Amino acid sequence: MAQSLRHPMTGNRMDPSAEQGGHGFEAHEYDVVVIGAGGAGLRAAIAAKDAGARVAIVCKSLLGKAHTVMAEGGIAAAMGNAYPDDNWEVHFRDTMRGGKMLNNWRMAQLHAQESPERVIELEEWGALFDRTEDGLISQRDFGGHRYARLAHVGDRTGLEMIRTLQQRAVALDIDVFMECTVTEVFTESGRGGSRVSGAFGYWRETGRFVVFKAPSVVLATGGIGKSYQVTSNSWEYTGDGHALALRAGASLINMEFVQFHPTGMVWPPSVKGILVTESVRGDGGALKNSEGNRFMFDYIPEYFKAETADSVEEAEGWYADKKNNRRPPELLPRDEVARAINSEIKAGRGSPHGGVFLDIASRRDAEFIRRRLPSMYHQFKELADVDITTDPMEVGPTCHYVMGGVEVNADTEQSSVTGLFAAGEVAGGMHGSNRLGGNSLSDLLVFGRRAGHSAAYHAFRTADSKPALVDDDVRAAADHAVAPFSVEGAIENPYTIQKDLQDLMQRLVGIIRTGEELTESLAEIDKLKERAKYLTVEGHRQYNPGWHLALDIPNMLLVSECIAKAALEREESRGGHTRDDYPGPDPAWGARNLALTWNDSAGSIELKRQPLPEMPDELKPLFEDRS
Amino acid sequence: MGYDLNLRVWRGDSSGGELGDYTVEVEEGEVVLDAIHRLQATQTGDLAVRWNCKAGKCGSCSAEVNGRPRLMCMTRLADFDEAETITVTPMRSFPVIRDLVTDVSFNYEKAKQVPAFAPTPRDADGKRRMQQADVERGQEFRKCIECFLCQNTCHVVRDHEENKPAFAGPRLFLRYAELDMHPLDTNDRRKLSQEAAGLGMCNITKCCSEVCPENIKITDNAIIPMKERVADRKYDPLVWLGSKIRRRTDREEV
Ligand SMILES: Cc1cc2nc3c(=O)[nH]c(=O)nc-3n(C[C@H](O)[C@H](O)[C@H](O)COP(=O)(O)OP(=O)(O)OC[C@H]3O[C@@H](n4cnc5c(N)ncnc54)[C@H](O)[C@@H]3O)c2cc1C
Ligand code: SF4
Ligand code: SF4
Ligand code: FES
Repeated sequence: MAQSLRHPMTGNRMDPSAEQGGHGFEAHEYDVVVIGAGGAGLRAAIAAKDAGARVAIVCKSLLGKAHTVMAEGGIAAAMGNAYPDDNWEVHFRDTMRGGKMLNNWRMAQLHAQESPERVIELEEWGALFDRTEDGLISQRDFGGHRYARLAHVGDRTGLEMIRTLQQRAVALDIDVFMECTVTEVFTESGRGGSRVSGAFGYWRETGRFVVFKAPSVVLATGGIGKSYQVTSNSWEYTGDGHALALRAGASLINMEFVQFHPTGMVWPPSVKGILVTESVRGDGGALKNSEGNRFMFDYIPEYFKAETADSVEEAEGWYADKKNNRRPPELLPRDEVARAINSEIKAGRGSPHGGVFLDIASRRDAEFIRRRLPSMYHQFKELADVDITTDPMEVGPTCHYVMGGVEVNADTEQSSVTGLFAAGEVAGGMHGSNRLGGNSLSDLLVFGRRAGHSAAYHAFRTADSKPALVDDDVRAAADHAVAPFSVEGAIENPYTIQKDLQDLMQRLVGIIRTGEELTESLAEIDKLKERAKYLTVEGHRQYNPGWHLALDIPNMLLVSECIAKAALEREESRGGHTRDDYPGPDPAWGARNLALTWNDSAGSIELKRQPLPEMPDELKPLFEDRS
Repeated sequence: MGYDLNLRVWRGDSSGGELGDYTVEVEEGEVVLDAIHRLQATQTGDLAVRWNCKAGKCGSCSAEVNGRPRLMCMTRLADFDEAETITVTPMRSFPVIRDLVTDVSFNYEKAKQVPAFAPTPRDADGKRRMQQADVERGQEFRKCIECFLCQNTCHVVRDHEENKPAFAGPRLFLRYAELDMHPLDTNDRRKLSQEAAGLGMCNITKCCSEVCPENIKITDNAIIPMKERVADRKYDPLVWLGSKIRRRTDREEV
């Protein structure tokens, strides 16, 4: 791309003179196209650029607005700054146990080994983390982590991370296509299966189409939370990457595991679901029911008994003396805490607006709270009229993160489709059945970088045999994208369908599930799929959110169906999947993954049980000592 | 306790537009963005608006509410009288794309001109050390969520399109100040201050600081210290000479 033109509206880089082939749309050629500009996408693009590839980043929002910007608590990395005893083995063990051993062990290992260097690298690019007394990067406590391990900047760590990566990407002069949505990943079928040939999207501002020709595509599109009613996730989280991967022929794993964060805001209604960072508990916040009891002591599972305080006295002691006291039960992994809160509310011991109380004011002084949790202070003050330095917060579970995602090779992040890579929340395996707080931001860095490298090398290797775009496929993608403007008998409002889906997922595929309700959910999803054929879209193609939503809805439905299908199949309770009709974990299920694929000729999702990759013997002793 | 809100919203594109009058049902505790979303979901499916976090963290939902630059997600309806009509218009300093969405590419273009952070080498153990007190100044500037409300408000470019090429604006002054105050940065400080494009055009009215939703003291903590530094260095011939020589050696090393 020698001389590139600017988009008339946004100033984004574009090149209409490069219209090529028979399809007649704006077209670009790159070695690597990264879809997504959150932590994973930016880190992947930086790695690919460093490797010498021609790289483009494509994202739905403006640069710097991806979900990563909202992350609050911190980045987990065993740097040992706060506790010299910390090392990758302890972090690895915590991660696997937090995920109830269903994690891909190799991903968890790479993650624990490489995250410290990835964090220090951010500092190299300008990040300003909070410091310890010795001037090192400060590390804070979080649920499920044995040692204080989260590198952080107050409670706005994600902002620091995305800004640092964004500025690095700008310094490297990486091309960014912002407010541009990808609707299709193209593949070319040939010997030995199919391989990626490019991608198709539209500019949100103008509604015009854009075609990318590239042998490597990295999916870094984040999660699916917008399919739930109460969620900490934004409009972007419609599962696009999950759906693109399925349709391109890749498989998804662990889709039954959806993380409900224990503490979302519950009041006022307009902010229901907005996150209250786990740092509140890490920094001393206690959970109490309407009777004033710290109910978490009643919910300590056998599995974590040995490392959890069993009395208020011991828990209190821990804040000052971590060597001789065990951790408060408020800092159990998220799935445990979310279920406990859910039970308390159901038992009628909830707060006035249907949550429980989270109290930090009783333990910490106002100065400490404002310094450590500035944006929580601000958020409650501005949106709920609550001063958290004097009053408790009301909190309840909110859909937060999807553990499931594209099945990838642990070392290269390549999916089963040649040239299609995935990293970040859209990838599966790393977190098993439950993610520990702070392990996502580190995941983005570790696997984003690996995916970017692999994608660049794949492009170099195929330089002599580049895959070709098929004009008919491109035209079909364009026809598909404008179809909502001319549906015969269209009567359905996309916003209504989205709302109905959110209600149904919340009600039938939520925190606590039953076989009966899951079966019902699948029937309901089928009905919505039928209705979604008749979406109406008003207006024209220029910056039209109704049209954009109409194109997102099929993705949301596809991904929701995957979640419900896998949840119905897994007849046990583990991590982010709780079955009322199968309350305990089942060792047989503990050795299996569920993989979902799209059968194009049948037009349906297929589900397969497959054995979990087995951990090598030399790592097993890590799980034997304490239990 | 819901009520019917009278909402006026600017609708149109680069070729022109007008204020549309709507009545929207709203609930207790809601913010302006909620009203806009309900309008979109029930009456105007194609109403263009940017948002992401709905919690004042991403800086997407900037607009003017009754003429005041605000984040729509942090502007509570309770702050207005129930009978009052709320008027929402796009940010004025940027060209309109459609409805409430404006072309903010100016800010991204200016960001490309900021020099990259260039740190000193790591300590022997592969880590870096900085004291909390030394990072705090930079941390204040890095709270910026890039809502561009300060850029929208600053009178140097508001209604003065002709100043845009020479003026980076308050958001970008923060970037230069942040590098300037970073304990490990090795960029030439004097050069940085002078290159903070258009710093001289700022006459410290503080309007930018007033609208900043992150309460960053843009004028007091970033702009004024930078102005002082430029002044100092310019007038002191010895410093001038010294930094000139250093700059050259720096270049040779690169
Ligand atoms: C409120 C909140 C707080 C959190 N706090 C923490 C924390 O403290 N620690 C932690 O480790 N994790 C935390 N998480 C989780 C973590 O922030 C996310 O999992 C992570 O940021 C996801 O990053 P990502 O790079 O995978 O995707 P994102 O940052 O979500 O980026 C996705 C990108 O993909 C783009 N995209 C999506 N679909 C398309 C498409 N079709 N075409 C083009 N582009 C597309 C989007 O525009 C966006 O740029 C938090 C999450 C939330 C919501
Ligand atoms: S203080 Fe300077 S930058 Fe800020 S609004 Fe006034 S003139 Fe503009
Ligand atoms: S400095 Fe404040 S007003 Fe300006 S862009 Fe940043 S957050 Fe917005
Ligand atoms: S939506 Fe993120 S700041 Fe308003």
